[in-house]
Amino acid sequence: MADMRVKIAGLELTNPVLTASGTFGYGIEYQDFIDLSQLGGVIVKGTTLEPREGNPYPRMAETAQGMLNCVGLQNKGVDYFCQHIYPQIKDIKTNMIVNVSGNSPEDYAECAARINELDCIPAIELNISCPNVKHGGMAFGTTTEEASSVVKAVREAYKKTLIVKLSPNVTSITDIALAVQDAGADAVSLINTLMGMAIDIEKRKRILSIGTGGLSGPCIKPVALRMVYQVAHAVQVPVIGLGGISCAKDAIEFLLAGASAIEIGTANFLDPTISVKVAQGIDEYLEKHGFKSVKEIIGICE
Amino acid sequence: MRKYVLDLRVTSAEQLSERYLLLSATNPAGPLPEMSPGQFAQLRIDDSKETFLRRPISLHHVDYEHNEVSFLIQKAGKGTASLWLKQPGSTLNVILPLGKGFTMPTSTEQKFLLVGGGVGVAPLLFMGEAMLRMGVRPTFLLGARSKSDLLLLDKYRALGTVYVTTEDGSEGEKGFVTQHTVLRREKFDNIAVCGPKPMMLAMASYAKHAGILCEVSLENVMACGLGACLCCVENTKDGNVCVCKEGPVFDVEKLNW
Repeated sequence: MADMRVKIAGLELTNPVLTASGTFGYGIEYQDFIDLSQLGGVIVKGTTLEPREGNPYPRMAETAQGMLNCVGLQNKGVDYFCQHIYPQIKDIKTNMIVNVSGNSPEDYAECAARINELDCIPAIELNISCPNVKHGGMAFGTTTEEASSVVKAVREAYKKTLIVKLSPNVTSITDIALAVQDAGADAVSLINTLMGMAIDIEKRKRILSIGTGGLSGPCIKPVALRMVYQVAHAVQVPVIGLGGISCAKDAIEFLLAGASAIEIGTANFLDPTISVKVAQGIDEYLEKHGFKSVKEIIGICE
Repeated sequence: MRKYVLDLRVTSAEQLSERYLLLSATNPAGPLPEMSPGQFAQLRIDDSKETFLRRPISLHHVDYEHNEVSFLIQKAGKGTASLWLKQPGSTLNVILPLGKGFTMPTSTEQKFLLVGGGVGVAPLLFMGEAMLRMGVRPTFLLGARSKSDLLLLDKYRALGTVYVTTEDGSEGEKGFVTQHTVLRREKFDNIAVCGPKPMMLAMASYAKHAGILCEVSLENVMACGLGACLCCVENTKDGNVCVCKEGPVFDVEKLNW
């Protein structure tokens, strides 16, 4: 077995496979299928300062090799998380990372400060890229100034590993990545979903309740891979790659492109055991090609 | 109840009509897990280029003795249509059992009415079988557009009393299930309903007036089936909840109907 350990700033992962926020619940939902300690980490669903009901149904539309969603950050708020969810997940033997969203830099900072107090949460992933809520972060993720202001506010309030999740729905994702790096992010993760739309030709209506949604699944992988490659070549902080990863081969492509770790998202819906299989597949690839450590392949693609 | 991902092996694929398929499968790896009526499985779709996700299908019949689980499937779109390609021996990858099922009788004195419309009759067979094992004889009220859409009637008749309505009057009483005379003649303690939404709404309204507990099985469009993605939510008195995890069966009093 190759050495699968990687580091994301101060965060030590037993292997580079994480599960993506919004696709894996709080991890508990998948415990019947896999041993979560076999993952590098679990990024739990988006949490906000106040409870959010999310968008009305329908929130999902299937596409060729993917799906659109407009869930809209439904969650019971950070206080509920701290009191009721945290006790259920704090003893899970992997890195439990909380995805944080907000309406203003102050919101984000307050939510991050509450999570900073939780001993068994070693990192947060700041969502400045949700396409499905009016003030749910997308505004912060689309200009360098706004991205910078929210990351600065959170950096002051949050002392552990700060990962910032980037939106692909921008002119230059590398500019945003550089801005959040300069504002104090320890790492960046990309990409969030791509804005899309689906129309029902019989009803002659847009399918999703709010008209648009975020596209995920294998169909977005080439876009994600290109962006990860570009960002990894532009920033100094570690990059976490995600977007349509469905198998070990996909994950290895992201590692070669420069990602230090990867997240599995929508693929969890098709196979709840896929994350563990991807970790095994990466290990097999390393052995087959004579690499002693996964670190040896990160960013070696020309 | 613990959930499993299983590679089942298809034992029979019986085309009941142009629109309905009865797919049965066995678990080669061991006994079937514990499952309860009203729960569902997520079936992997293997041969469809245009679809992506699994399809949620109710548990129709579970035979532990012969290690066989059956699904009654309506051809609704490209995903379900690809299940028509399954043959005996094919692999059928499933995640099961999912969600919360119907309330079961707590005493043999209770009278349960099981109401189904179209392919919605599917979970009621499993429920009727489970009830009979508990010593409670179920009463079924089954509706369809016409005689040819009434599925597997003999199997239901083998378990209990079956009343039928068809919209064209080709079998049983003419009209909708909610118009059937049995509802005026007999008193029930509990109603379990699965079928088209207008039918469930009408039965819910009947149950409310009669002061009877009524549970309905919803079929909101789903992605994960595990309560992780929050796509299939129903707006209830407790806010938006996942149909796949908190349902698919709900007490109508909890719904904003």
